[in-house]
Amino acid sequence: MNRRTMFEKIWDAHVVKAEEGKPSVLYIDLHLIHEVTSAQAFDGLRLAGRKVRRPDLTLATMDHNVPTTDRTVPVKDPISKKQMEVLAANCEEFGITLYDIHHKLQGVVHIIGPELGLTQPGMTVVCGDSHTSTHGAFGALAFGIGTSEVEHVLATQCLQQTKPKTMEIRINGALPMGVTAKDIILAIIGKIGTDGATGYVIEYTGEAIRALSMEGRMTVCNMSIEAGARAGMIAPDETTFRYVQGKPHAPQGEAWSAAVANWKQLPTDEGAEFDRLVEINASELAPYVSWGTNPGQVLPITGVLPNPADIENPADRKTVERALDYMGLQPYRPINGLTVDRVFIGSCTNGRIEDLRAAAGIVQGQTVAQNVKAMVVPGSALVKLQAEAEGLDKIFVAAGFEWREAGCSMCLGMNPDILSPGERCASTSNRNFEGRQGKGGRTHLVSPEMAAAAAIAGHFVDVRTWKK
Amino acid sequence: MDAFKKHTGVVAVLDRANVDTDQIIPKQFLKRVERTGFGEFLFFDWRYHEDGSVCPGFELNGPQAAGASILVAGKNFGSGSSREHAPWALLDYGFHVIIAPSYADIFFNNCFKNGILPIVLPQSEVLRIMNAASTANSAKDQFSLTVDLDNQTLSDGGELNIRFDVDPFRRHCLLNGLDDIGLTLQNVDDVDAFEKRRPIYMPVVAALSV
Repeated sequence: MNRRTMFEKIWDAHVVKAEEGKPSVLYIDLHLIHEVTSAQAFDGLRLAGRKVRRPDLTLATMDHNVPTTDRTVPVKDPISKKQMEVLAANCEEFGITLYDIHHKLQGVVHIIGPELGLTQPGMTVVCGDSHTSTHGAFGALAFGIGTSEVEHVLATQCLQQTKPKTMEIRINGALPMGVTAKDIILAIIGKIGTDGATGYVIEYTGEAIRALSMEGRMTVCNMSIEAGARAGMIAPDETTFRYVQGKPHAPQGEAWSAAVANWKQLPTDEGAEFDRLVEINASELAPYVSWGTNPGQVLPITGVLPNPADIENPADRKTVERALDYMGLQPYRPINGLTVDRVFIGSCTNGRIEDLRAAAGIVQGQTVAQNVKAMVVPGSALVKLQAEAEGLDKIFVAAGFEWREAGCSMCLGMNPDILSPGERCASTSNRNFEGRQGKGGRTHLVSPEMAAAAAIAGHFVDVRTWKK
Repeated sequence: MDAFKKHTGVVAVLDRANVDTDQIIPKQFLKRVERTGFGEFLFFDWRYHEDGSVCPGFELNGPQAAGASILVAGKNFGSGSSREHAPWALLDYGFHVIIAPSYADIFFNNCFKNGILPIVLPQSEVLRIMNAASTANSAKDQFSLTVDLDNQTLSDGGELNIRFDVDPFRRHCLLNGLDDIGLTLQNVDDVDAFEKRRPIYMPVVAALSV
């Protein structure tokens, strides 16, 4: 029998029509939408007199530009406010379920899909957001799309897609203490580069991946796009089934048994071939910190910054020069001990309950350094509720962190949560591009544990050896 | 979408690798609910100082790049976010063609949906174009190229003649300005049939009461 990868199985199961020389028409099982990339798509529908084919496979929320402060006061920024009002009106007109800024199920779109049980193995999931790759953690094919494609899915519940290549990234062995899922993905991007997986769908395999919780797997898949990948995915197993079971939209009774029986057929067949293999030994990984202006510019916490003078290729040398200059850093400086001004814990990368627990474990009984302003933004209203039930909010607040409402917040700084020029931030988010968290702001990507420790110490420390 | 057949225009050079969509259109300008009007914000943080004055050193601000409609850039252009505001901003500013050694997937795809032609050329050819364009240094002495999608060639009218590859289906759609939603809707019977085959345990969205 033909041996197939998990990606190929899911792809094959969703091809509505395939013709030689044309992209395949692929069916989409779940379409998530938010306020920033959907308005123009709905306008397109109205212009063409088209309807939403499957409002029942579409879910909307507000996350990108929502304020994370008191929700009982009106949204101050009139343009953000308008964008939210337009989404609400569009959902009303086209019959789409919306969890708006005041809803108890509101949150970052990639956090609420899984927590509501809407993200399940074997599905195709799309959203007008590049971090849609997060949902691949369940053994789903999930990828980000532009607004024209949002309109396409709304109108047809399908997309025209050319089949990407496949890449296996195998993480052998067990992670050392203090090294997390975030460090795995930062190490991968550091190794293959921000365009290392362009044109590929990645499947993450190996012992270290199998040992991760669903939260950890989502963190890894979330940043697949940062390596240029179309999508990232992890085969479903008992960890996956345990997570999905009992969630509001999970199958129940006989449907559950039927679903699990099918999901067990999804993992890549023994002997199936990937177009490319990358192997990494987990035992060699350390906590990572990004030093530059793209997520491939990372160092283990024990590392020192590069010197452009050591780089032969002129284009690469210029890139490193620019990055050091923007980040206000000197060649050969150790990354350990670098002072930070701000700490942000949250985002679709690290805003789930397990991330907040890990950070709270570091913060408990400590005080945020005087030079640091720190905040925690739960990924969803449900995560916030859960954290408060566990008393995590009290730990953060007692230490001097701000405890906010759910949203994307300072990950992309579309709402009022932004860095000032020159400010240096330890951030659990996914992008350290110039100006990403505010014009002139300097972002260092780290795990929740590393961010929490930096908040307390006032500078980057090695969480493996750091004494509070 | 407008058809794209042949385009002649001034070339602007942005000799930087990994230009991300956060640079192409910074997030503070993503709040518009229209597709138009993004051009004035293109590369905003690079084009303007904090006080709103023009950064004279930025590549697109030089006289040789005035009115440019063809952008030549380094590898991995358009990395990062899926925001289609990036191609909207490029188009609204006046760019119809981009030339680079490689692109991020989503951005590349988004360009075609908006009638922008992103051309992939080997690094050496991109450098040739960059070098040729770099001899231009005034508004009177601009470097122009003609891009012919039908014949898949670009030329400066002199010695520089380069052939490029483009996916045949994407080329067909651009040449004819095809609406790809319309194309998918031609298969509506197949979609109907597919929906009948979907497993019944697949989730449907219904508002949950909490």
